[in-house]
Amino acid sequence: MTVIDTPSSLASGLTFYGQPVSSRMLLGTALYPSPQVMADAVEASNCGIVTVSLRREAARGRMGERFLDLIKRLGVLVLPNTAGCRTARDAVTTAMMARELFGTDWIKLEVIANDDTLQPDLFGLVEAATILNAEGFKVFPYTTEDLGAADRLVAAGCKVLMPWGAPIGTGRGLANPYALKTMRNYFPDIPLVVDAGIGAPSHAAQAMEMGFDAILLNTAVAKAADPVRMARAFAGAIASGREAYEAGLMEMRDMAAPSTPVAGTPFFDLEPSAARPRQARGK
Amino acid sequence: MLAVKSPIRVTVNGSDIETSASDLAALIVDMDFAGERVATAVNGEFVRKDARASLRLAPGDRIEILSARQGG
Repeated sequence: MTVIDTPSSLASGLTFYGQPVSSRMLLGTALYPSPQVMADAVEASNCGIVTVSLRREAARGRMGERFLDLIKRLGVLVLPNTAGCRTARDAVTTAMMARELFGTDWIKLEVIANDDTLQPDLFGLVEAATILNAEGFKVFPYTTEDLGAADRLVAAGCKVLMPWGAPIGTGRGLANPYALKTMRNYFPDIPLVVDAGIGAPSHAAQAMEMGFDAILLNTAVAKAADPVRMARAFAGAIASGREAYEAGLMEMRDMAAPSTPVAGTPFFDLEPSAARPRQARGK
Repeated sequence: MLAVKSPIRVTVNGSDIETSASDLAALIVDMDFAGERVATAVNGEFVRKDARASLRLAPGDRIEILSARQGG
């Protein structure tokens, strides 16, 4: 085993709607240089779940068929999204189409409020989540750190929440660590997945060290110079971050504290003025 | 005497087309989507695969025919 493998024990106990997951990394399937590179990156990451979407098909295009066949060969769970939907109604219709096409009642629910930030429309999100939960979907809402909206999503039946790290595709990492930490503390028992904005493995590790349950990312791997190696790097960072969280991080402190034992320090019994050269005292 | 249905204009995936298909299932066949895994919606409402044959098309219908794709 190498350090970049994700030991299954690190994912033990994590379930999404009762489904045990083998990895704390969820990987998007878009933006790769080629389908083969995507497949190789998924394999290298050891992620057990990939996100997928639906788009208009051209007559005789068969793009959907080829993609479905590729995903099937990867042997992973799929989490379809409603990317691009701007209203609750569009998202609900898209979710229903996704359920039939992919044969899963999991849905990554996106209702987008703004084209520049791609930030979630929290009102539409709650509206769509309420409808979809009633329709038997298992909703993974892409949301912000807003606790009011999160409370309503949970009340609507969501058993997983996916707050953003930063706007989709920006790679800026955790834009508001304080709010994310608050959210983690506020929902200790609900699986929380940081979704979007992750740019580097260190961002993912930071979120995992804060106690988030998993990371969903796409662009940072797909747009890397070597997506396969980057997928492996993220898998290692996510596993390390989780290991660190479970190991218990030390308390941060304001003042320095020596790590080397003080007892037995040579010259410790001398006055600083006697131990220091005259010119170093600034006189 | 056979009743000949006159073509109607509908919108499929954002493009205006003329079709003689009277229902959604027939349109899927006419457009060479038969045998492909697609999902459909008409006028913003999901139409299950087994409900396509009973979905009568009307002039101006907006039809979406979607398939699986990469996503984030």
